[in-house]
Amino acid sequence: MSKRIDVHHVTRVEGHGNIVVEVADSQLKECRFDVVETPRFFEAMLRGRPYTEASHITSRICGICATGHATTSLRASEKALGIQPSQQTVLLRKLSFHGEILDSHILHVYMLVAPDFLGVGSVIPLASSHPEVVLRALRMKKLSGDMCAIVTGRHTHPIAMTVGGFTHFPKRAELESLRQRLEEVRADVDATVELFASLPWPQFERDTEYISLTKPDEYAFIDGEIKSSDGVKLPIESYQKVTNEYLVPHSSAKFTRFQRESYMVGALARFNNNFDQLHPRAKAAAVALGMKPKVTNTYLNSGAQVVEIVHCVEDAILIINQLLEMGVNPEELVPPTRQSGDGVGACEVPRGILFHHYWIGEDGNLTGANCIIPTNQNIANLEADMRVLVPQIMHKPIDAMRLDLEMMVRAYDPCISCSVHVAKLVTR
Amino acid sequence: MTQNHKPKIAFFDFSSCEGCQLTVVDSLQDHPELLGVVEIVQFREAMTEKGEDYLVAFVEGSCTRQSDEERLKQIRQQAAIVVALGTCAHLGGVNALKSLHPLQDVRQYVYGEKADWYETYDARPIDAVIPVDFAIPGCPIDRNEFINCVKALLLGKKPPIPDYPVCVECKLKENVCLFTLNKVCLGPVTRAGCGAICPTYGQSCEACRGFITNPNDSSMRNVLAEHGMNVEEVTSMYTMFTAYQVREKLMQAEKATGG
Repeated sequence: MSKRIDVHHVTRVEGHGNIVVEVADSQLKECRFDVVETPRFFEAMLRGRPYTEASHITSRICGICATGHATTSLRASEKALGIQPSQQTVLLRKLSFHGEILDSHILHVYMLVAPDFLGVGSVIPLASSHPEVVLRALRMKKLSGDMCAIVTGRHTHPIAMTVGGFTHFPKRAELESLRQRLEEVRADVDATVELFASLPWPQFERDTEYISLTKPDEYAFIDGEIKSSDGVKLPIESYQKVTNEYLVPHSSAKFTRFQRESYMVGALARFNNNFDQLHPRAKAAAVALGMKPKVTNTYLNSGAQVVEIVHCVEDAILIINQLLEMGVNPEELVPPTRQSGDGVGACEVPRGILFHHYWIGEDGNLTGANCIIPTNQNIANLEADMRVLVPQIMHKPIDAMRLDLEMMVRAYDPCISCSVHVAKLVTR
Repeated sequence: MTQNHKPKIAFFDFSSCEGCQLTVVDSLQDHPELLGVVEIVQFREAMTEKGEDYLVAFVEGSCTRQSDEERLKQIRQQAAIVVALGTCAHLGGVNALKSLHPLQDVRQYVYGEKADWYETYDARPIDAVIPVDFAIPGCPIDRNEFINCVKALLLGKKPPIPDYPVCVECKLKENVCLFTLNKVCLGPVTRAGCGAICPTYGQSCEACRGFITNPNDSSMRNVLAEHGMNVEEVTSMYTMFTAYQVREKLMQAEKATGG
């Protein structure tokens, strides 16, 4: 039995990647995920730019996780310059961050993943066959985008967030109306859990190392420590011990490995590492989806995203309550306490742990930058999954095999435009 | 386009964050009726179906390598109308910041000894490679402007892109001018159409939509200098999204003076 699968530019993913699988005489000969996106060289371009511009430039790495890149960038600059943002800033950032997680996860599970289960090529035919599903997805997505817009002006690319604070503040009435809409969207959230709990998720098990941020007192998205499911915790400043980047010829993205041959980041890693800190309604959603940590079915990364949709809606309501109780007031930006230095920012963006490391010179311009993107950290793990998956599915007709492989790629929710500008660390 | 057939449109992406295509998806949230009047035949980020017969091509992203030129030329050959979607396609955008450094240095900084594995050249707007009929400016594009442009194209009209500065829209919003708050802004020389969204949220206009046809450049630079910016800072501000244009202008000036 010999088969060759060559999917040029996998669709319904962000950016350009190819699947290449070759089976000859029932033996797996070749199994690759090629990142063929054009290299973008963000780290090199950041050199010589003022630190105040860095978050505006790096949000342009990715339209889907623009707020995640901007937040991580701000944290890197703030750590470099010894800036401690106010409680209000921290809460407002969390709120817009939740908006982005929701926006990205809703886009992924409804518009990129669901069509595979319903046997169609995109969300467009669903608009006539399942209008209630599409309208629900659009309603939820609009709310997520509005959540970002109220805080930062827009989701892609956020405006009002800057080093040391915000340049615009949401009004009380805006927050109240947002809270009301979030409370009303619970019915849609429940219907989402019900829909995805009813889907026939492909069977696949492969234990791997799961890596995410973790915090003592909350389900971590911004700051914290690096946690491995194999039982190690490290400060985020030690990120290079975890990421160990290396290059391979078939990919313009860099690969990473920590304690095993590969590791996984993203919603499933967060779910596995920080399950206890999920909101009770999110835990209930996990039960409905049949998910209990540690989950080792990669396809269920999308299930973990559904769980996080529930968590972020509930947590956003709690954050708004807190903001309304405190009252949101215009604040001056917190100034730097030193003129230069280096700092590492780390956030759990929709697709997993993201690091920005900046070196800032006396003149306020960046002298060096390193960004390590979640999708890069996942590619070695994706290929390891594909190597286990192919022998299990090689008896299937080639179209079915191709679909299984594409669904595996989509389960990672790869963000390939993001993945292609990872710097080998060179300082100064 | 005949009366009984919906015009076929396609979306393509080159070097970009794909945020403009995402904004297209977002604008459909508010205008789902658009899907009833056009047929999308290609949109890789959102759909698997792929048609090669299209009338209008929306192209996001800059051209950053020789091997992408062929794909752009094929799109030009097929489409009756090519629209540059967003700043990267329209102006080169942040991708062109690369050209402020020697190319070999940029490649080595990111990929070290393996620099030669990855093909790249100076980022350029797509009209540096193929003729472009219209551009929808912005990083990202503005949802309403996109919808208005599509409506105009459906009616056989030229998309209504303003050629007056951002200040006009900022004044209409009754914003306090950032210069009076001791901040700086490129609003006076930048093409409007965004609703002055950045100044509205307290941040400088960074000229992501490019400059108006006849900007008063020297006055703009003087005002920035009066607000304490040195030449380096002004250059930095001027090149965030328009490094390609600024460089082209310098090269033309050099040519004109025989330098």
